[in-house]
Amino acid sequence: MLPYMTAGLPTPSHSVELFTAMANAGADGFEVGIPYADPLMDGPTIQAAGDRALEAGSGVRVGLDILEEVVSTAGKPSVVMTYVNPILRMGIDDFADRVATAGGSAVIIADLPVDEAEVFTAAFNRRGIGLVLFIAPTTTEERLERVVGANPPFIYCIADLGVTGQRATASDHIEELVARVRQKTDTPIVAGVGISSPEQANVAARVADGVIVGSALVREVLDASDAAGAAAALYSAVAAYAAAVRRTSTN
Amino acid sequence: MRLERPDTRGRFAGFGGQFAPETLMPALEELESEFAKAWADPEFHAELDALLRDYVGRPTPVYRAARLSDQFGLELYLKREDLAHTGAHKINNTMGQALLTQRMGKSRVIAETGAGQHGVATATACALLGQECVVYMGEKDIERQALNVHRMRMLGTEVRAVTSGAGTLKDAVSAAMRDWVASVADTHYIIGSVVGPHPFPWIVRELQKVIGEELQSQMSGKEPNRPRPDMVVACVGGGSNAMGIFYPYVGSDVELVGVEAAGYGLETGQHGASLVAGSPGVIHGSMTYLLQDDQGQILEAHSISAGLDYPGVGPEHAYFKEAGLVRYESITDDEAVAAVHLLAATEGIIPALESAHGLAWIAKEAGNLQGKVVVLNLSGRGDKDVEQITGPDE
Ligand SMILES: Cc1ncc(COP(=O)(O)O)c(C=O)c1O
Repeated sequence: MLPYMTAGLPTPSHSVELFTAMANAGADGFEVGIPYADPLMDGPTIQAAGDRALEAGSGVRVGLDILEEVVSTAGKPSVVMTYVNPILRMGIDDFADRVATAGGSAVIIADLPVDEAEVFTAAFNRRGIGLVLFIAPTTTEERLERVVGANPPFIYCIADLGVTGQRATASDHIEELVARVRQKTDTPIVAGVGISSPEQANVAARVADGVIVGSALVREVLDASDAAGAAAALYSAVAAYAAAVRRTSTN
Repeated sequence: MRLERPDTRGRFAGFGGQFAPETLMPALEELESEFAKAWADPEFHAELDALLRDYVGRPTPVYRAARLSDQFGLELYLKREDLAHTGAHKINNTMGQALLTQRMGKSRVIAETGAGQHGVATATACALLGQECVVYMGEKDIERQALNVHRMRMLGTEVRAVTSGAGTLKDAVSAAMRDWVASVADTHYIIGSVVGPHPFPWIVRELQKVIGEELQSQMSGKEPNRPRPDMVVACVGGGSNAMGIFYPYVGSDVELVGVEAAGYGLETGQHGASLVAGSPGVIHGSMTYLLQDDQGQILEAHSISAGLDYPGVGPEHAYFKEAGLVRYESITDDEAVAAVHLLAATEGIIPALESAHGLAWIAKEAGNLQGKVVVLNLSGRGDKDVEQITGPDE
């Protein structure tokens, strides 16, 4: 069970508390989101979270500081989730250095397909960090082979067409998609995008090695009146997701 | 040097590429091969050319603006894209892409629009070909280009208001891309300029270069009163009308000038001049020049002209800039408005605020252009801007 959370919510100084609450509730690791003003892969919830975090002073540098604290206090493996432009602005090597010193284990870049990945993979691998690559329901066999060939630390299966956000029903793509990837590789698979109820997480966890839940958790934070309220809401939400995900690993 | 096609990675010497979510990549690959096939197919050209001639009204005229020529002390010619059906160059692109949509067997079209001209041109092509059409438009632009919103609706298009960001063109492009991430199986995205991930900048350039090709034969220097141009000037928002008229001349002795929006003035930071005052980075799937802060967040642009109110620009223009093939300049809101009035009063033509940026630059630079043959791409007509410029009470 891997929560996504925008770094800097509700404010940069209270952000780590939210991750700690989620760790205590049974999260196995984190996707720490760098807020971005024009996130093409994100629906209204994560867009709003990004805007609010940016207003509160977050950004790529603050986000990576938060990553460092999360890794040292929660002690869970954490990956950075970002868009490509903040990395380019910082410089690929400087960004990779900072992720490495912060203790991040991998980077997910929502608008970076395998076709543009080479320079990023090279810079990250030199520091012992991985670049995660995506497989979508639309991905062709030929593209799947290129993704596998690029040796990502894990593969992110996009569970549903569309941008991130809450969905009323579980994706009917995920089982088939994960099965397609498993035929080609032993690389671990996480599933994400649109997984927004413990039942949906349970469905995904039956096939994938990890389940990412984003918008549904971010929503709790946006709706909370203060940091303590957000931490409490996240604690119970993550506990429910973690339980739903674990129900499958034992059967 | 002019590049016929971007390289296999969709790059114009480092600019361009495909910074798009994986979900869209297969559609971009399909689009590239389908367009390449169509563009090599005489039947596709025959169909498109017939529509451009009989429906759009091409070739558009070249008009010698005699009174302004006298006033400026140069030879000013206008390439009249404002006379194309729907009132701007945008239709050159949408006719081609709507036909391509049909060829790909897709039934639904989405588009973004700023000034509303691309939205109207897309709505028109879709009405003609019986395609379902949804246009994303920022709420600020819906207000300042209300005439075009009414036109789109009358043409049977659904206009969706975009409330994120500043409610302008950047936000409309993002909203259209998000729709496409969900709808890509049955939907084609008709992007409105030479922007976005490969193959869009290439496709839109190929469909717009008809402007410059016509100009080459219209002003070949072989007929009286039709000299070869010394200079060609066009406004640059995303850069499609400029690309269309420049491309056939790139690398020749004809000087090319692209005019961006300086908004309230470059020094205020409130402008849309990504080439003149921006830096390289990635926006809307493409490596190009853009307006950004020191943390890589894209900044809001500002221009009185909705079509130039965009913090990015097509990647091939970024290449032209770095290779020194085109000169890029900028013009403020006030200068552009004055140029609208000037053209209306002296030639009886009300230009779009976008196109007026080009004219304003020529007016300002006239002292250095004495006796030269200068062609302005009059990319669109200004009906949509009249209320914004004169105020609702007049
Ligand atoms: C009349 C007109 N000219 C120019 C533009 C700017 O776009 P581009 O730079 O792609 O030509 C627009 C965009 O809406 C327009 O309507």
